[in-house]
Amino acid sequence: MEFSKRKWRMLRLAGDQRNASYPHCLQFYLQPPSENISLIEFENLAIDRVKLLKSVENLGVSYVKGTEQYQSKLESELRKLKFSYRENLEDEYEPRRRDHISHFILRLAYCQSEELRRWFIQQEMDLLRFRFSILPKDKIQDFLKDSQLQFEAISDEEKTLREQEIIASSPNFSGSKLVLESIYKIPFADALDLFRGRKVYLEDGFAYVPLKDIVAIILNEFRAKLSKALALTARSLPAVQSDERLQPLLNHLSHSYTGQDYSTQGNVGKISLDQIDLLSTKSFPPCMRQLHKALRENHHLRHGGRMQYGLFLKGIGLTLEQALQFWKQEFIKGKMDPDKFDKGYSYNIRHSFGKEGKRTDYTPFSCLKIILSNPPSQGDYHGCPFRHSDPELLKQKLQSYKISPGGISQILDLAKGTHYQVACQKYFEMIHNVDDCGFSLNHPNQFFCESQRILNGGKDIKKEPIQPETPQPKPSIQKTKDASSALASLNSSLEMDMEGLEDYFSEDS
Amino acid sequence: METFDPTELPELLKLYYRRLFPYSQYYRWLNYGGVIKNYFQHREFSFTLKDDIYIRYQSFNNQSDLEKEMQKMNPYKIDIGAVYSHRPNQHNTVKLGAFQAQEKELVFDIDMTDYDDVRRCCSSADICPKCWTLMTMAIRIIDRALKEDFGFKHRLWVYSGRRGVHCWVCDESVRKLSSAVRSGIVEYLSLIKGGQDVKKKVHLSEKIHPFIRKSINIIKKYFEEYALVNQDILKNKESWDKILALVPETIHDELQQGFQKSQNSLQRWEHLKKVASRCQNNIKNDKYGPWLEWEIMLQYCFPRLDINVSKGINHLLKSPFSVHPKTGRISVPIDLQKVDQFDPFTVPTISFICRELDAISTNEEEKENEAESDVKHRTRDYKKTSLAPYVKVFEHFLENLDKSRKGELLKKSDLQKDF
Repeated sequence: MEFSKRKWRMLRLAGDQRNASYPHCLQFYLQPPSENISLIEFENLAIDRVKLLKSVENLGVSYVKGTEQYQSKLESELRKLKFSYRENLEDEYEPRRRDHISHFILRLAYCQSEELRRWFIQQEMDLLRFRFSILPKDKIQDFLKDSQLQFEAISDEEKTLREQEIIASSPNFSGSKLVLESIYKIPFADALDLFRGRKVYLEDGFAYVPLKDIVAIILNEFRAKLSKALALTARSLPAVQSDERLQPLLNHLSHSYTGQDYSTQGNVGKISLDQIDLLSTKSFPPCMRQLHKALRENHHLRHGGRMQYGLFLKGIGLTLEQALQFWKQEFIKGKMDPDKFDKGYSYNIRHSFGKEGKRTDYTPFSCLKIILSNPPSQGDYHGCPFRHSDPELLKQKLQSYKISPGGISQILDLAKGTHYQVACQKYFEMIHNVDDCGFSLNHPNQFFCESQRILNGGKDIKKEPIQPETPQPKPSIQKTKDASSALASLNSSLEMDMEGLEDYFSEDS
Repeated sequence: METFDPTELPELLKLYYRRLFPYSQYYRWLNYGGVIKNYFQHREFSFTLKDDIYIRYQSFNNQSDLEKEMQKMNPYKIDIGAVYSHRPNQHNTVKLGAFQAQEKELVFDIDMTDYDDVRRCCSSADICPKCWTLMTMAIRIIDRALKEDFGFKHRLWVYSGRRGVHCWVCDESVRKLSSAVRSGIVEYLSLIKGGQDVKKKVHLSEKIHPFIRKSINIIKKYFEEYALVNQDILKNKESWDKILALVPETIHDELQQGFQKSQNSLQRWEHLKKVASRCQNNIKNDKYGPWLEWEIMLQYCFPRLDINVSKGINHLLKSPFSVHPKTGRISVPIDLQKVDQFDPFTVPTISFICRELDAISTNEEEKENEAESDVKHRTRDYKKTSLAPYVKVFEHFLENLDKSRKGELLKKSDLQKDF
């Protein structure tokens, strides 16, 4: 993509050309876009795709990839953000175009560090995997050809000749299915992960790969290509970053958390300090419950714990004064000198409320942030118990919380399968005695709000998702309590003004 | 074959490098038709000289340069390394990080010592006709897979000179393979898992991959004579206890009873097959049948590869036609058509062929023109010794390489419409 300093204009492609440029609903992004677009559209597309990829990430942690729930939620995300996903829908040009351009814009933002690249590649791969999984079989061959992959499906005769060998080579096959299955013939070196474990039939330098396994190979190809492309992009980045129109946006994109941040003080002052002990057992997620318990027992928490728990408390409505009192009371019980508290710790508390230093109002940590960063060490109580606790310890904790053995084993299974947030949802369901918690958990304060909502009979809702002004897409697809509605709300309220960008992205502190 | 005296090496090597080493064929090989510029010039060689002096990053301009240097240095051992981005002998002048190994043949090293846990006749560096069959089976199994599964066409098998064999796969595309793919190939070819502390080293799953099935079929052809007769793996309690360690305890009693009643390994093996086919396998579902039997056969006979030799592009491996300093034997190519007949004990030693050469020279007409060039002498000299048939095998291999190359060039020029 060329970034010239002149003003940009919109280019429109005529009729047939449109379809030719995007023959499929998915692509490998081999060619960068060559049209001109306005800055406004540039920003919109970028923001939309970040939202999409964040959803991909969230859904991937909350649900097992490939299950019906995962698939349908991801599909509705794509539809809502107007990106392409499925063949044979009407008017596919615009979503495909958006998909194409937004991908390339994000390359600029996410090529800048190893961590960003890894994240970007992971989400793009999951997205591609999903789109490929819903591609109709007859479209697969065309797509592969157009993507310059040397993968050819073999004829039925060739299949029959090798039927026994192919069946004996693939872990997933039984005799009858072979007739229906497509088998692809690819050079053996392209199927490294398959042939090294003898999971594919090799003949004369070719691997005979069933469709299911081709996906893994295609994804590897994609990852390799994208990884190379990002490295190249990083080299030309200085030129791009020198363009003042783009620099702020690109810097913000990679730091944005586009979900609800629970920082607005809609419920400030509604909680009193003496309620906290009870609330911790009834409405706190296990991560905060354990932090509270540790604080009460040790009269102290280390920095990681103070950050995670302190911001959570702010999110549920504690005022600065309450917070200062709460922490001071507890620390003094631990024989801390009151003056020392005032000098050392109270500054930090005021800082996290935005009353000191650069006066940023820090937002409570999301589940992903807790799960993925700053793992706890000896003497720490922060983190996510489902992720960071030893399974035995986790089991004991759940037992002490009086969860039934059946529930405990379900939770432990989910934690073992790295579905930490689903495990937490299960915990929610157990302590509130409901079959379905009714939401996709991605934030501890969300846990709290939903819990309060149930316990208070839906009357006293501590946190309202910002209601969108534009009409929602078909309501049957979305659950209103879904966190994704929060994403849609942000979309509608965005003004395309470069200077105001900070307002639309709350920084993860 | 006379015994070889290592102290004679310096003199013998001098003669060998002057009169017998097949330089022109050797150069023909490593030059690969001169299709790629500087391919030979960028190739690393390493020499081990007298008193164990080891020098790396040797490289040569052409065949004549190679000859001169080898004759001058008289190396005890020659290793071949990778083709680098620059001339190896100038690698110190290259900018840091720019000197890279780029291509090399895919190589395999199969060493008899890796089988010490399953052969009774010898151990460590020793070999005998009874255990050499392990190499025969290894060559057959690996070569079949390289040819039929991977489609590799130019495979040179070489006797290492003492206790094993090497394979050089020289296809153009193979020389370019990455380290990851090379590792993957070795993994594909591996079935024996575990070191000294692991008793049972082979576990088959319910589904038998065609590679495994075909390998078992090869082993079956040799098993009776090799394992039951020569190695006598069920000879007595000591040996059959080792086999009992590989089968479920539930059948130990029945097996032992049968073993005691039988007279020899053949009978005991038949008994084992019968009992094993009735027994439930280790696998959770009740799969009966010959899995146990196969696992034992594989553990005793299947090839054992050293992955480190194969995966590194810059790995140095003993050169064909190099001399083994301890045994004196020449590392000769093995004729695949006659692999069953290959006998390492009939491979000529350097002292043997030098003596052959001396004998012939004295018999030849001394009226021969002294001005006749060394080269002409040499090109006939090896032919008069026991080295000849092995050079012939090598030449056959080279002809195939040439044919392939011509075929490729034709294809390319056809595409370019270059007549």
